Amino acid sequence: MTARHLISVEHDLDRERIERIVDLARSFEEVAHRPIKKVPALRGRTILNLFYEASTRTRSSFELAAKRLSADVVNFAASGSSVEKGESLKDTVKTLSAHKPDAVVVRTPWSGSAQLVAEWSGAAVVNAGDGKHEHPTQALLDVYTLVRKLGSLDGAKIWIVGDILHSRVARSNVQAFRLMGAEVTLAGPPTLMPRGIETLGCTVRHDLDDLKEADVVYALRMQNERIQQPYLPSLREYATRFQIHGRRLGPRQVLMHPGPVNRGVELSGEVVDSPQAVITAQVESGVVVRMAVLYELLEGPRAPEGAQQRAEVLA
Amino acid sequence: MSPLICREQPPADLLIRRAHVLDPRAGIDAPHDVLVRQGTIAEIAPPGSLGTPDDAELVDGEGKHLFPAFVDPHVHLRTPGQEHKEDLDTGTRAAAAGGYCMVVAMPNTDPVVDSGPILRALRDAAAREARIPVGFMPCITQGMRGEHLTEMAELRELGALGFTDDGKPVTNAQMLRLALQYQRMIGGVLALHEEDPALSAGGSMHEGTVSAVLGITGIPSISESTMIARDALIAEYEGGRIHIQHVSAEESVRAIADAKARGVRITGEASPHHLTLTDEAVHGLDTRTKMNPPLRAEEDRKAVVDGLRDGTLDCIATDHAPHARDEKEVPFEQAPFGTTGLETAFAAVYTDLVVPGVLPLGLVLERMTSGAEILGLDVPRIERGRRADLTLVDLGEAWVVGEAGYESRSDNCVFAGRSLTGRVLMTVAAGAVAYRQRAFSVVGS
Repeated sequence: MTARHLISVEHDLDRERIERIVDLARSFEEVAHRPIKKVPALRGRTILNLFYEASTRTRSSFELAAKRLSADVVNFAASGSSVEKGESLKDTVKTLSAHKPDAVVVRTPWSGSAQLVAEWSGAAVVNAGDGKHEHPTQALLDVYTLVRKLGSLDGAKIWIVGDILHSRVARSNVQAFRLMGAEVTLAGPPTLMPRGIETLGCTVRHDLDDLKEADVVYALRMQNERIQQPYLPSLREYATRFQIHGRRLGPRQVLMHPGPVNRGVELSGEVVDSPQAVITAQVESGVVVRMAVLYELLEGPRAPEGAQQRAEVLA
Repeated sequence: MSPLICREQPPADLLIRRAHVLDPRAGIDAPHDVLVRQGTIAEIAPPGSLGTPDDAELVDGEGKHLFPAFVDPHVHLRTPGQEHKEDLDTGTRAAAAGGYCMVVAMPNTDPVVDSGPILRALRDAAAREARIPVGFMPCITQGMRGEHLTEMAELRELGALGFTDDGKPVTNAQMLRLALQYQRMIGGVLALHEEDPALSAGGSMHEGTVSAVLGITGIPSISESTMIARDALIAEYEGGRIHIQHVSAEESVRAIADAKARGVRITGEASPHHLTLTDEAVHGLDTRTKMNPPLRAEEDRKAVVDGLRDGTLDCIATDHAPHARDEKEVPFEQAPFGTTGLETAFAAVYTDLVVPGVLPLGLVLERMTSGAEILGLDVPRIERGRRADLTLVDLGEAWVVGEAGYESRSDNCVFAGRSLTGRVLMTVAAGAVAYRQRAFSVVGS
């Protein structure tokens, strides 16, 4: 599959494209270890970061990815901009598109907005999170992290635990993990489990009794900022039933989390710092995977020559 | 005072020749010549038997169907205050283009229609602008705030067909009870938009598998059905008369059927979009598919169709809800609810339900007009001596929705781009020609 945009796992990714991006990311891995962390692969290209929602890690990860490829980066944040003067998303996109960006990285609190940006702008669009809908680059960096850790996701049992209802990460990751051959279980209280989510081809549980069967435990952030209703009796009670802590996490299980972590809620402090946790590896993967995504969209599926050779040497 | 009002138009003199006349109420289902003189059906005769009077327009109905024109008890004409979306002229033009001869406008305008002076001004405007007869339903509560009854008795004397807070539910049960006590005294009907806001809060689409995948907060079907069950019990207790608007869910149809079986004075309506579409249509997040109540699951759609067939749901109503383009060109969750529907209602139902044999054409025609009965108005009928309320339709013609634009001021039609079969060629409303399709040629004059 090739596509001009990366808007959703559902429509824009298949196993072949995921593997291609993983391979490309691996070829960029070496760049991060150079004294001068830059390749000229996207020199002269303009990448626009359009962020309607607070974000530090995703935005800086995209910015770093673009800069390491030598692209010019423009950051547009909704606060302090024309958006506060009442400009519509459409007009903002049209206005910024007049600067002819090659790619637009967009994050908003509204499902489907990345698709709208693609319709209104001539640029390649990368969805960096649209409401509770999808966050495809997070799914790709998680796949990448797991491929590096486990070699392959085929047959792997992955449990995603926590607030599924408000999680775009869960929606993208279930689909990407399944495309890569994993079996996915969603676990959490019924009040935070969207009705009908089984349609994605996953199993739904409301307890952690069989968590031991999991090869990978993926804890989600309790999204207090997104929760407008009391979905839970209390965070304390939630933690007693669903927190991943030392007694629940086995020594051979891999622990993931999209960050930022609420220590003491979805994860206990000791597991965050445990050897099973690959949470910082996920952040590292974020940059190379986003380099791969931007490169693939703007330059096509083949890695730049220098990067490819060095990757082979490393492998 | 007549509850229906429109601008004055010259009465039609027409000879519609050889059209297949179909009116299940009148028991006609065969080709006929129909002569309209001074707006009244003067003659219904065997095909080709009537000579053309010198002063009548001759319409070639060969291969076409002539139906009683349709009645819509639920449209939004946006006057006063939201004329950038629609007004009495464009809205009734859209209605006529869809084959309608009367429509009932909802009061959730700006200001809302909750007082005598506003209703009177609106009727005066309709007398200048409306192309087909329009009736009005003012609000049940002042400002549609659900706290205090409007002056229902006075509004009724000024021509109110009934009362509704459409767009919002009457959440407070005591308020509905008081309104029903007044309704019983003054007549008319209470038309109810059923939704428990505690259950639907923040929702933009049907809660189901599609909303789960899209990560959009759902509007569960129980937000509608529980309120219908509650209100049917209140209406039963008070002996009042309620009409349930735009029924969308399976449990809702069941709640109405149960109430009818108990003898509650309750009627219900189904919209063309709930009869033909499901939440699968929302998958692409086209804001034209966003309406309230939302497009629901296939079981719900089927239950609404079954309810319409067995009479649990009494009529088809469009809930025609125009919105300006810039209001809909926003992310899905930010967009206002509503689709236009007047110009596509018959064709959508005909294409998706009549052609595949799900519903008989005769039943659909009855349900397209029985809104009049619910409101205590004369039901259009093709009979000698009756005022001409007719629509001439080519059941063989396919057309692409929106390709030639719309008569409505707005273009937020959920059927846009669809190829539908069944095209309205001409509409006669209250004895006057209200619409003629541009490409439809007339023979002689």
